[in-house]
Amino acid sequence: MLQFTQELIIGLSIGATYALLALGYTMVYGVLRLINFAHGEVYMVGAVSGFHFINLALRWHAPLALALTIAFVGSAIVCAILGFCIEFFAYRPLRGSPRLVILITAIGVSLLLQNVVNLNFIYGPTPRTFPAEVQKGLNTSIGIGGVYISRLIIIRFALSLSLMAVLTWIILRTRTGLALRAVSHRFDTAMLMGVNTNRVISVTFILGSVLASVAGVMDGLRYTITPLMGVTYGLKAFVAAVLGGIGSIPGALIGGLLIGITEEFARFYLPTQYTQYADAVAFVILIFILLLKPTGIMGSTAVEKV
Amino acid sequence: MTRIGSDTSSPAVSAAAPALLSVRDLDVRYGAICALQGVSLNINPGEIVTLIGSNGAGKTTLLRTISGLLKPANGEITLLPTSPSPHPPTALSKLRPHEIVRLGISHVPEGRQIFPNLTVSENLLLGAYQRRDDLSADIARCHTLFPILKERQSQKAGTLSGGEQQMLAIARALMSRPRLLLLDEPSLGLAPLIVRKIFDIIREINAEGTTIFLVEQNAHLALKIAHRAYVLQTGRILMTDSAQALLANPEVQKAYLGG
Ligand SMILES: Nc1ncnc2c1ncn2[C@@H]1O[C@H](COP(=O)(O)OP(=O)(O)O)[C@@H](O)[C@H]1O
Ligand SMILES: [Mg+2]
Repeated sequence: MLQFTQELIIGLSIGATYALLALGYTMVYGVLRLINFAHGEVYMVGAVSGFHFINLALRWHAPLALALTIAFVGSAIVCAILGFCIEFFAYRPLRGSPRLVILITAIGVSLLLQNVVNLNFIYGPTPRTFPAEVQKGLNTSIGIGGVYISRLIIIRFALSLSLMAVLTWIILRTRTGLALRAVSHRFDTAMLMGVNTNRVISVTFILGSVLASVAGVMDGLRYTITPLMGVTYGLKAFVAAVLGGIGSIPGALIGGLLIGITEEFARFYLPTQYTQYADAVAFVILIFILLLKPTGIMGSTAVEKV
Repeated sequence: MTRIGSDTSSPAVSAAAPALLSVRDLDVRYGAICALQGVSLNINPGEIVTLIGSNGAGKTTLLRTISGLLKPANGEITLLPTSPSPHPPTALSKLRPHEIVRLGISHVPEGRQIFPNLTVSENLLLGAYQRRDDLSADIARCHTLFPILKERQSQKAGTLSGGEQQMLAIARALMSRPRLLLLDEPSLGLAPLIVRKIFDIIREINAEGTTIFLVEQNAHLALKIAHRAYVLQTGRILMTDSAQALLANPEVQKAYLGG
């Protein structure tokens, strides 16, 4: 039972990062009916910038907590600018173009970002990890009633939950959030209300990218960082968004958590020779959703906006 | 060429008072389809002007072009500025829809288009999206005009009946304090009793000082509350006159008033 609780907590903390990323897919889909396939690369750039910022901070002998803060904040700023630019330069000129054109552009942006980060003076192809002192500091476990949780997991939880709370507040309680909900329902009617839809779209990309940057830094703290790390991870977060019902914000949360938990349980409970298949769990789930309930858990049955 | 048709039927617009909204030689296309051709019309401050025409005539296209959702291929739409004399009328066709709302044009779209997942209050707040000042007086006014909206204020707008949704759509449009209110077939799909109520309120809104451009297929009702009217047929203005004269016009009676 203790073991189960422990795995559940780890699964939830992994799921919380999937959820952060899934929120970006779902919000952009909500306003533009567009799958931003470059979103996984924003996450990757988040991890890479976090890596650079933390090394810079440690070189200046910043204490661990400060270095981490600098990494999170710096990476959030980099990703916010990146997300804004992706929309402004790649998607905005194509507004109203056929979906296939936009999809191909999204893939193009992904490849561009992967290859830019692959340049040696930016980051390079070699997988790297956050400095050992950071990892050591974060891997210390805290025992609560026999369940051992590392500091990293606590940070992941606290950060993800507070970001989701802030996002929910923005969407439900602010003027911009109201506009975002209106644009998600119907673009042209929102314009008739006096909403500057271009501004709302920029805000959506910026919010999504900030969430992705945090997920990126948190995963950088746990795994190795490579220019291709956003590919599988982005796909899994996309699956989480589809599972929850793409376009639905609570759906992205639920979808992310579910994917995280099933994956962790698969990793732990599958016989050792099959653990490598844990990554495939998300995709098996995707196939089942597409067969059984294509609109996802919280998805509306609303007809596709044209 | 397209101009001849509309110009001969246009009455001399009163030269003294400039029109609040003026549409000149407007062509609007959907790809190769010409939805509007050489449309010219004027709406003077304080008027209720109606545009009648059968399904597919181009009425919605005209309203969407005025609001900036569609860009004209030719022609210009100008709005009288708020501050008097020295300013020339503002050209609208280069502006984006939210800028046009800010200038004082509010559009109640065809089919109401309320936001079903937002509450009635949130729908009203969206209508005032361009404003940063205190809204309580405007909300109170909407509640006086449509008491049902007060009762339903925290309900999701999607749960309202068709008539209530139309009331919400009109109230929402009033929240931006428009000088010109564009209404696209407010009677569509509503029971006669509700339609009468809504038309009474349209007249009341006009009496309080808002100029109204009413697009209708229900020509009889529209002509009864309007001061002046235009008839649109397959993208061209066929004729224009005072609403009373058109009501009595045999051609109009035959084509639009069912006999
Ligand atoms: N999005 C569109 N694409 C192509 N043609 C359109 C579109 N919307 C309207 N039309 C065409 O333009 C003409 C005018 O339509 P509309 O303005 O909706 O007329 P009305 O509101 O008077 O019924 C019609 O022939 C219609 O088929
Ligand atoms: Mg119409």
